[in-house]
Amino acid sequence: MNEFRDIWVYLSASPLLHLTLTLAAYQVGLVIYRRAGLNPLCNPVLIAVAVVIAILLATETPYARYFEGAQFVHFMLGPATVALALPLYRQMARVRRSGRAIFAAIFAGSLTAIATAVGIGWALGGAGDTILSLAPKSVTAPVAMGITEQLGGLPSLTAVLVILTGIMGAMLGPAVLNVIGVRDWAARGLALGVASHGIGTARALQVNEVAGAFSGLAMGLNALATALLLPALWGLFMG
Amino acid sequence: MLNYVTAIFSCQLAGELIVAGTGAPLPGPVVGMTLLLAGLFVWGEVPEELGAVGDFLLSNLSLLFVPAGVGVLLHAPLLAADWRPIAVGLIVSTLATIVVTALVMRALSPAGQNGARQDETRQDDAHQERAE
Repeated sequence: MNEFRDIWVYLSASPLLHLTLTLAAYQVGLVIYRRAGLNPLCNPVLIAVAVVIAILLATETPYARYFEGAQFVHFMLGPATVALALPLYRQMARVRRSGRAIFAAIFAGSLTAIATAVGIGWALGGAGDTILSLAPKSVTAPVAMGITEQLGGLPSLTAVLVILTGIMGAMLGPAVLNVIGVRDWAARGLALGVASHGIGTARALQVNEVAGAFSGLAMGLNALATALLLPALWGLFMG
Repeated sequence: MLNYVTAIFSCQLAGELIVAGTGAPLPGPVVGMTLLLAGLFVWGEVPEELGAVGDFLLSNLSLLFVPAGVGVLLHAPLLAADWRPIAVGLIVSTLATIVVTALVMRALSPAGQNGARQDETRQDDAHQERAE
């Protein structure tokens, strides 16, 4: 038993353990997601996060220790975002054809995201910090954190809300789009990208390349739109 | 292969430098994406190996959000304290954003795409292709 303990102490000090845990938990999520026929409710990110959290709690591992290993996965978010240029380039003919519609839709979506998040947060009596951290929730994490910080909210709470928003949009978005009868892949992708940034884009890419390209585009443009709109609106109404 | 990995990292690095230099309200990788896009326009096509590297990254995009998602753990007390406005705000606002964006896009899309829309009646849930 002592020997086992020594091995555990050795392993848990090495980044390899939690890197492997992240990959393995995601594999579990992916298997369930595929078995379910890519049902959006079986979101692989959500399943993987739940598995990892359960194991970290059971082993009393602090998040900082976990992140020493997981950072290698986290790091690849940057290069993957750059790679979104590929589907965008391949779909550029379609993007050009509907340029005006894209800008209008992203602008409308961005305003809706901000106004409803702030409005509901305020109406239900959320603390000021909570409302501020909620406001940029649909924007990709690094930009959302920057906006919150600029306005005096809590950037790390924003990061968590951004991830939860992404998972929520990827899970419920496809069903809502079916209900309102929007079947065009471009519109579906755009909506997922505006509302739920990279996690919505990941879901869109899994289903259709047109949807993935429009989703990646929407994610980038919504980051820009919210970064410009939110501080201005906040100054106007709360200043 | 490695040259294209280097190219992608270089685009991100250039993006980070541009953001740091100009104070633009965008993340470096998003600027890097536009740089790579510009590069593809200059090149005129997607080099085969760049496509392979990029598609590998993108086909595993979901995985890359797991470490940040586990960060929920750190904020459990904060989330619990204000759970009602947070839960309702997140869900309603996200769904409203999806509906508004999709409907505006559909209303303003060029008329020529109506025909294509008819061919795409299969719904996400039943849609199995492109699963890696």
